[in-house]
Amino acid sequence: MFMKAAWLTVSLAFWGLILSLIIGFFCALVRFWRWPVVARLAGIYIELARNTPLMIQLFFLYYGLPRVGLLLEGRTCAIVGLAFLGGGYMAEAFRGGFSAISRSQIEAGLSIGLRRFQLLRYVIFPQAVAVALPAITATAIFLIKETSVFSIVALPDLMYVAKDLLKEGHNNESNLLLVLSYLLIILPVSLFFGRLEKRVRFAGFGD
Amino acid sequence: MPDNPQVVLKITDLVKSFDSTKVLKGINLTVGHREVTVIIGPSGCGKSTLLRCLNGLEPIDSGQIELNGQLITAPGTNWSAIRQKIGMVFQNYELFPHLNVIDNILLGPVKVQGRPRQEAIIDAQSWLDRVGLKDRALSFPRQLSGGQKQRVAIVRALCMSPQIMLFDEVTASLDPEMVREVLDVMLNLAKGGLTMLIVTHEMAFARAVADRIIFMDDGHIVETAQPEAFFNNPETERARRFLNIFQFQELERRRA
Ligand SMILES: Nc1ncnc2c1ncn2[C@@H]1O[C@H](COP(=O)(O)OP(=O)(O)O)[C@@H](O)[C@H]1O
Ligand SMILES: [Mg+2]
Repeated sequence: MFMKAAWLTVSLAFWGLILSLIIGFFCALVRFWRWPVVARLAGIYIELARNTPLMIQLFFLYYGLPRVGLLLEGRTCAIVGLAFLGGGYMAEAFRGGFSAISRSQIEAGLSIGLRRFQLLRYVIFPQAVAVALPAITATAIFLIKETSVFSIVALPDLMYVAKDLLKEGHNNESNLLLVLSYLLIILPVSLFFGRLEKRVRFAGFGD
Repeated sequence: MPDNPQVVLKITDLVKSFDSTKVLKGINLTVGHREVTVIIGPSGCGKSTLLRCLNGLEPIDSGQIELNGQLITAPGTNWSAIRQKIGMVFQNYELFPHLNVIDNILLGPVKVQGRPRQEAIIDAQSWLDRVGLKDRALSFPRQLSGGQKQRVAIVRALCMSPQIMLFDEVTASLDPEMVREVLDVMLNLAKGGLTMLIVTHEMAFARAVADRIIFMDDGHIVETAQPEAFFNNPETERARRFLNIFQFQELERRRA
């Protein structure tokens, strides 16, 4: 029971995180490039995503959308909801990275003939990610913790199962198990990003 | 002296402003093949802006720039292609901090020009050797001194096989003891027949390296002269004043 719930939480968090990273990156990118309309839209989205609670977003997806004929299953709601929220926060994390790239670094790249995409790929992206990594890590952990509200879309994830157990009177065990499980999920993520940070820091800065 | 009359760069009536302030007020300048042209002038007179217009880092208001007879200021210019032919070295090196020396150098030749990596490495290594950085290929920029970084930056530009090199005060950020090693590299390049356009405040170097001195003030080219003539006996009052003030500042600096 618990294992299955833990696995569900992990897989939802995983896909939600991946999508958050992709959405966040592209939002930050279009704002960095100041693409006329798209940058504006991205800005609005980021504000919206960061200023509404995940629970409300999930409610909207799970209970609101079916009213207009769009029926999403619980898993999809959970992933979409997490990606929507996470995209906004990841965009802010990436923005910090992008804004650390100086105008003169970009000019140095242009001067050797790099085209727009090459400049992004070889000069901007690696440096931006290195700078943004601590913020990305913090956001990832925050998002994993946010998954605890998934139970409201009737998903048998960790929180949901724990609540069931609580109802049945297994107070202390289930509480402990819940905390431990989240810890077990978050710890590897945290360690992974921590090592990544050390690597890019070594390869990166401090000239 | 340009013994070859072939023109590499031809600038005609170049005008550039920032907002409503004119910074370049009609520049006319021709650089010949294998010629070393040194631009000097007071700070803020438009030297950097002039260089930056040449490789399209700044859009221009009017005028024309030709590179080997090709008009590069026409609309729709493929700047990536042009910039590969114009090497640029900056005051603050601008190496890519996340790449080691060899990858800094190879980025242009391999990714932009599509040259085989192995061939480009041999080329890069031989340049590193020539500028005294033979065993630094795997160092990261932060492990190098300023002078070493600037030499790498020069090699990075050279490995694109440019037709002309632009140097914008490339020793201005260096500690005095490292200025020499960079200037020596540039003197050797000049001897090797590289076409160069150099902005510098190092007067002794300018005198030694230049085929021709361009003196700029307030967005104009005020004087064009042979180095000996310019430094011994400048034609214009403005150039004379600049050299006087400059000599005075040099003395102050030495005394300090
Ligand atoms: N990006 C910019 N925006 C506005 N003004 C600028 C910009 N770059 C340079 N200027 C102005 O243009 C003038 C010439 O600058 P610059 O070409 O850097 O001079 P120099 O290299 O000879 O010291 C200066 O007055 C400077 O303040
Ligand atoms: Mg300047």
